[in-house]
Amino acid sequence: MSYEFPLDYSKVREFARAVKTEHPSHQGDAPVIPPTMLTSARMIWEPADQSGFRELAFDRSRILHGEEEYIFHGPLPRAGQVLTASTRVTNRYAKPGRRGGQMHFGTLVTEFRDADGNLVAEQHSTIVETAGPPKAAEEDA
Amino acid sequence: MTLAVGQAAPPRTFPPFTRTDFVKYQGASGDFHPLHHDETYAHSVGFPSVFSVGMLQAGLLATYVTDWLGVEGIRRFKVRFVEQMWPGDELTCTAKIVEVDETRGRIRLELRADRQTGNPALVGEAEFITAAAP
Repeated sequence: MSYEFPLDYSKVREFARAVKTEHPSHQGDAPVIPPTMLTSARMIWEPADQSGFRELAFDRSRILHGEEEYIFHGPLPRAGQVLTASTRVTNRYAKPGRRGGQMHFGTLVTEFRDADGNLVAEQHSTIVETAGPPKAAEEDA
Repeated sequence: MTLAVGQAAPPRTFPPFTRTDFVKYQGASGDFHPLHHDETYAHSVGFPSVFSVGMLQAGLLATYVTDWLGVEGIRRFKVRFVEQMWPGDELTCTAKIVEVDETRGRIRLELRADRQTGNPALVGEAEFITAAAP
């Protein structure tokens, strides 16, 4: 299963402003995306029935965002391209929490392909379900 | 620019975080979690105020390193989230080259984004192709 992630010009410019970059590559007729903009695919374009987050089935009140990784297999995508995204859940495991109970880990891997089907980028997100109730000092997902 | 192991980018401190920064990022990214803009909601679940989106500071750290080496050459960017960022917090980014692999044409950097307390908000790493370096 997959879905389309259109790299809209205005959205690329808006994201570049939000992360405060003035690099000229993010300007002009076909600006490249800021690397972390890949995260918008899941946020804006992912159909609910393809949600890796839903597949993890973690308790939303106990979730932390552990790590994020972006890999580019060549030049960065640009505004005007339509990428195809698909997500799978990998690397699930559990370990004892420091205050008892079990912590659960899972990684969502989203692959991004161009119009020719070439793998151009990947997003790897490590999500943690804490053992206990959330504390005010912890990050949400 | 000649790139060598140990070389560091000039540190960069972003202006103090505002709630407007959070909302701008949320609108741009599509992540509308209420913890980052709805004070009433944040209080109701035990937080003293809204706080930043982790991916905003991750995006700022990416900006820092890609404004230095050029965004077109980046091939990998990874962050681990350590501490939250709150309204008024300042993020200071640093980067250091830890590996230059001539064979693969890659350089690898260690990245860090600290709060004004000196504690890290994020630690990370990035890889660039050397051909794209300025």
